[in-house]
Order: sequence, then C-alpha cells, then structure tokens
Amino acid sequence: MYQDGDQSGHPERKGLAIEIRNLRVTYGEHEVLHDISFDVKAGETIAILGGSGSGKTTLLRSLMGLEKPVSGEVWIRGHDLCCISRTDLAELRKKFGVSFQGGALFGSMTVGENVALPLREHTQLEDATIAIVVRLKLEEVGLSGYEDYNPAQLSGGMKKRAAVARALTMDPEILFFDEPSAGLDPIIAAGIDHLILKLKAAFHMTIVVVTHELASAFLIADRMVLIDKGRILAIGTPAELKACEQPRVRQFLGRVPDPEMSADEGYLDRLTAKLHL
Amino acid sequence: MSVTATVGQATIDGLVYVGDLTLLTGRSLRALVIAPVQGKRFRAGRAIHQAMATGVGAVPILSLISFFIGLIMALQSAYELQRLGAIAFVADAVAISVTRELAPLITAIVVIGRSGSAFAAEIGSMKVNEELDALEVMALDPIDFLVAPKLLAMAVMLPCLTTWADFMGVLGGATFGVSAAGFTFSSYMQATLHALMSRDIVTGLIKSVMFGIVITAVGCHEGLSAGLGAEQVGRSTTSAVVKSIFMVVAVDLVFTFLFYLTASR
Repeated sequence: MYQDGDQSGHPERKGLAIEIRNLRVTYGEHEVLHDISFDVKAGETIAILGGSGSGKTTLLRSLMGLEKPVSGEVWIRGHDLCCISRTDLAELRKKFGVSFQGGALFGSMTVGENVALPLREHTQLEDATIAIVVRLKLEEVGLSGYEDYNPAQLSGGMKKRAAVARALTMDPEILFFDEPSAGLDPIIAAGIDHLILKLKAAFHMTIVVVTHELASAFLIADRMVLIDKGRILAIGTPAELKACEQPRVRQFLGRVPDPEMSADEGYLDRLTAKLHL
Repeated sequence: MSVTATVGQATIDGLVYVGDLTLLTGRSLRALVIAPVQGKRFRAGRAIHQAMATGVGAVPILSLISFFIGLIMALQSAYELQRLGAIAFVADAVAISVTRELAPLITAIVVIGRSGSAFAAEIGSMKVNEELDALEVMALDPIDFLVAPKLLAMAVMLPCLTTWADFMGVLGGATFGVSAAGFTFSSYMQATLHALMSRDIVTGLIKSVMFGIVITAVGCHEGLSAGLGAEQVGRSTTSAVVKSIFMVVAVDLVFTFLFYLTASR
C-alpha cells in the first residue's frame, strides 16, 4: 500500500516538498542537466528560469518522473522518484497538478470531460458531483459555461486556463507549470500570472513554474532558479537575483544578446549594400 | 556490411519488433483481464466507443467490397468450371474461398485502412501534443487507457465484421449464380450450406480475432513510438499500414498452416 514517505525522520527533509540532489540527465551523448541540486519548500512558489535549450523543461519533466536521470536523486514528499515502484509513482502523481506548455488537453473530449477525467478515473464520485466540481474548477479559472466546448474551439489563453482547471481537479499538493505565458499576448499572460497568484494565496500549494518570461517570474516567484546550459547559474529570491553581480545572470536579466550572435551583425548591412537596396 | 550480417541484423530487428508487439499486447490483456479482477477500473465505455468507430463504421465499405469479391470469385471460378462442365460447383468455390480466406483477409485490410492507420495517427498526435505525458502525470497508464479498449473492441468486432463479410461475399456469388449459372436464390444458398463445414467458418473467425489483435498492436505501437513532429506522425501512420498488412498476411500463413496440420491428422 502507498504511504507518504517518511519526511520527519530526515531533518533536512522537514518542510520540503521537493529535493533534487546532483541530478544528471542525458539525451544520448548530450548532457542536458549537469549536477543540479536545490530544494523546494512546501507552499513555496519557485520559478525555473533559463533560455531556450537551457534544460529547464527537462528539469521539470524529471520532477514529474517523465525523464529517467543518469544519476542523482529527485525526492518528492519523501519518495525518491528514481527508485519508486510504478504503483507508488502513480499514487504520488495523484497529488500532482500539471499544466503543460500547449495545454495538452485531450482533443477527443470536451473541456468538461477533460477536467472531469481525473475524478472519473481515481474516485467513486457520482456524475452529478463530478459535474459540480467541474463547474467550480472552470469557474476558478474564469471559464464558466465552457464545459461543452472542444479544446480546438478555445483560444491559446483559454486552453491554458482549461489545463489549469484540469490540473486543479484533484486538489493537488504540488502544481507544475510549463511556460504558462509562452505564446500569449501580454494581457492574457498577465491573466495567467494573476491566476497563479490567486491559487498561491488561496490554496498554499507548492508551485513550480518553468518560464523564460522575466516579468512573470519576478511577479509570481518566492524564489528563482536560473539555469544555463544544464547547470544552475544562480538561485535565490527575486531581490537576490536582481542584486546578483554574476555576468551571465546580469546578461540574462538585462536581456543582452550573446556576443557570438551580435558579432557579425554588419553582415546584413554589407549584403544589402552590395545589392544597392 | 556483408549480406549475412544485413540479413542477421534484419532478423534480429524483426524479432525485437515482434517481441515489442507481444509485450504491448500482454500489457493490454493484463489491463483487460487481470486488472478488473484486482478491483481496477474497466473502461467499457471507451471500448464500446471504439467498437462503434472500428466496427459499425466499417460496415458500408466492407459490405460493398465483400459483395464485389464474392462476385469476382464466382466469375473467376465459373470461367474454369464451365470448361469442365461443373458450373454447379460455383457456389462451393465461392463459399469455401470466401469463408476460409477472403472474408477474414479483406476485412482485415479494410480495418487496417480505416482503424489501424487511425490508431497510429491518433496516438502519434497525442504524443506530439504532450497528451501521453498528461495521461502519465494524471496517474493513468497510456496502455491501459488507450490501447486496451482498442484491443478489446478490435478482438470483438473483427469476427463480427468477418461474419458479415462472409454473408456479403456469398450474396455476391449468388448474384452471379442466379443471373448467369442457372441457380435460384434458394438453390444457391442450399448449395452454399451444403459445401460449407462449420470448421471453414470457425477457422476464418479465429484468424480474424488474431488479425484484430495484430492490427491494434501494430497501429498503437507505431503511434507510441512516433517521433515528435507532424511529419513523424505521417510516417508512423504509413508504417502502421504497411507493417499491419505484412503481419496480417504472416499470421494468416501461420494459422492456415496450423489448421492444415490439424485437419490432415
């Protein structure tokens, strides 16, 4: 039978929702994450920041048990994901809520059926009760009345909100967001940030957000982890990161392009000059 | 690489592929048979939905094709039988060839085109859209949730469709028999029933169950192993059709050989 891991026995684990120790993940020969270690306290909102290809989504997938690390440990609620049985992992995942980058709503189901799915599969609740829960969850994310819509009929922002409603269905203890504001206009993106803040205030969940949107991360996070080329560059509160003097951190926060990208910026001028354009 | 090494590698790859299909089928069967006994959820609704899509949806096109095949078989056999003065045996030829071989095979090919390819495309697209990951993090096994209901639906619907194809094939033969071979509809049907043994129909139905399992396993395996991207989903769909046809013919050969061995004893 599944039991929550012994969190009290290990002093360091007390009050921690997630612990990552010396995590290494590779895709073939390519090392995506190198020696990643940090903790997430229960009830804390942590933003994992990094550029494209920095390994932040792989890190998030490792936290959900979707990527098998080469070495290192990922402890969630006292369970090491690397050694956990399939049954225990399934039980642990019932305490997760995940909002994927594209929403990952099931296209063959309506929005209401998407939100109801975890309840139908994991509880014995009656249809009428499930319908009430679905309505409440959709109301929480501002999608009242959209139960019978197909995901294809929703806009990008609505899909993300519907995905959040589905993630909230089982009242999760840990909520994972993958790029919640990516590809959305500033107003919709601000709406998603506001929704995360609302969830944080209302339910005191542990929230892990992967993003490359600096404004969003600074707004919602209690702490931030900055990743670059698979390694942790900096970790701390938003204020600590702002005060960090490390050049690469300054470059990321200041949105300064890499020298190799700007080195030959005269190329276009030379090319257009030759063409007398 | 030498010819021997190439053939050896191809053989190993083929065996690994068959092993993967067997594992996938085994896990699906466990979800269908053992898991409900252990108190886990049996998704009857999803299986019925699949059965409607794969079975009922295939009836119109399968009816037409089986009717034509029966008619073609009658024409082809009459062509030879007429020369031997044995045109009266056209009903026997159609009945035996349709029930033993053609109906199960044609049904399987129609279902591959409609459903095997759809399984690969559906699951492949779900993989691209992170829906398979979403299932996993919701503590739902994609094989239990997606593959097992399809397997049940196909294992039940293929014999049903094959039985219908048997009937439509015989009807096609009867159309020729009545219009050009001097049969009445009743005498053609009597000749058909006289020619058929229950073994002919049963062996066809056993094969059709196996075809259903093979088509599901190949279609779902191709979808689950599709790469990320629309082009990869397209390739997995094509691959599902080609491999399913090959596997169905191979399984047909094996079972026909087994039936031949048991019949000749």
